Amino acid sequence: MLNKIYDWVDERLDITPLWRDIADHEVPEHVNPAHHFSAFVYCFGGLTFFVTVIQILSGMFLTMYYVPDIKNAWESVYYLQNEVAFGQIVRGMHHWGASLVIVMMFLHTLRVFFQGAYKKPRELNWIVGVLIFMVMMGLGFTGYLLPWDMKALFATKVGLQIAEATPVIGPAIKTLLAGHHEIVGAQTLTRFFAIHVFFLPGALLGLMAAHFLMIRKQGISGPL
Amino acid sequence: MSEKKHRVSRRQFLNYTLTGVGGFMAAGILSPMVRFALDPILKEEAGQDMVAVAQVKDITTEPQRFDFKVKVKDAWYESEEPRSAWVFKDEKGDIVALSPICTHLGCTVNWNGEKSNPNRFFCPCHYGLYEKDGTNVPNTPPTAPLHRYEYEVKDGTLYLGKAKPRGEA
Repeated sequence: MLNKIYDWVDERLDITPLWRDIADHEVPEHVNPAHHFSAFVYCFGGLTFFVTVIQILSGMFLTMYYVPDIKNAWESVYYLQNEVAFGQIVRGMHHWGASLVIVMMFLHTLRVFFQGAYKKPRELNWIVGVLIFMVMMGLGFTGYLLPWDMKALFATKVGLQIAEATPVIGPAIKTLLAGHHEIVGAQTLTRFFAIHVFFLPGALLGLMAAHFLMIRKQGISGPL
Repeated sequence: MSEKKHRVSRRQFLNYTLTGVGGFMAAGILSPMVRFALDPILKEEAGQDMVAVAQVKDITTEPQRFDFKVKVKDAWYESEEPRSAWVFKDEKGDIVALSPICTHLGCTVNWNGEKSNPNRFFCPCHYGLYEKDGTNVPNTPPTAPLHRYEYEVKDGTLYLGKAKPRGEA
């Protein structure tokens, strides 16, 4: 049945080369844990991507209930966690996944660093990777405020003060992030929400596309 | 068929296992999220408390409008929403409480709202008409009678519940 549908579409649109080009490529022996178990270190990049997919999915579902507003944010989070079926699970996935992304990304970076895989000709991919790292940190920072509880508020105040400590432009950066000269409040929350669900994920998808295109173009680095 | 023709190739075996494991993982990730999203349709409809609306002695055979408030819980937001009812006693002396919401497009109907149609409910939006008992007048926009409130009388006080289509209340 599925094969027939596939063949029907393929006959008209010739989609086989499209996905072959993306999915069908050899895994070199030194990257295959079946040959050398130590090759499991090559999995961390893929695991980062896997957890990112979970983050995007669980985040999409969370916005069905979440309200980015100082009066309703905490109440809506409380409601989705305690009154909605599987709310604790879905929020838990997003909460724990956020930490896991950072861990996986860190391990992936360590592997690339210690194997020297960032060297010519892959310098650009390292740079894009660092940009992805910054976007991920931004996602963590902005997402932390959204539950609008005490921990969220004061963590954000600390973060904003760190930004404010930048020479010369510090106060301007802080106001730009917080949306107000003094108050961490209504405008901060809406800003952080917008940054968290639209701006940074958009940037992240673009950067990840570049990251993956480059690795396909250049191939994985050779054995040590 | 011989045993040989059923042999599963290495590639097939790997395909099946990978699809199985992948499907299992995808299901594990997606099923909590899907259930989470479907929650509103699976939640039990909240019942509504009966609300004291009027004293029975004030109710006449002429429909009168009574305003009252019902407690509404919308997820985490609780509020009191205004409602109103046209209440009267019919020929048999039974109490009738009609919802003022026009069954055509939801405007608010009035008793004796139009001079050329006395003793009828009138909807000003599209000139819908209803008889006193709530039956829609043929050839006017409404296609169903006004909804009736569930009611009960306790110690001379009229309590109203939910407005339901005729035949259900």
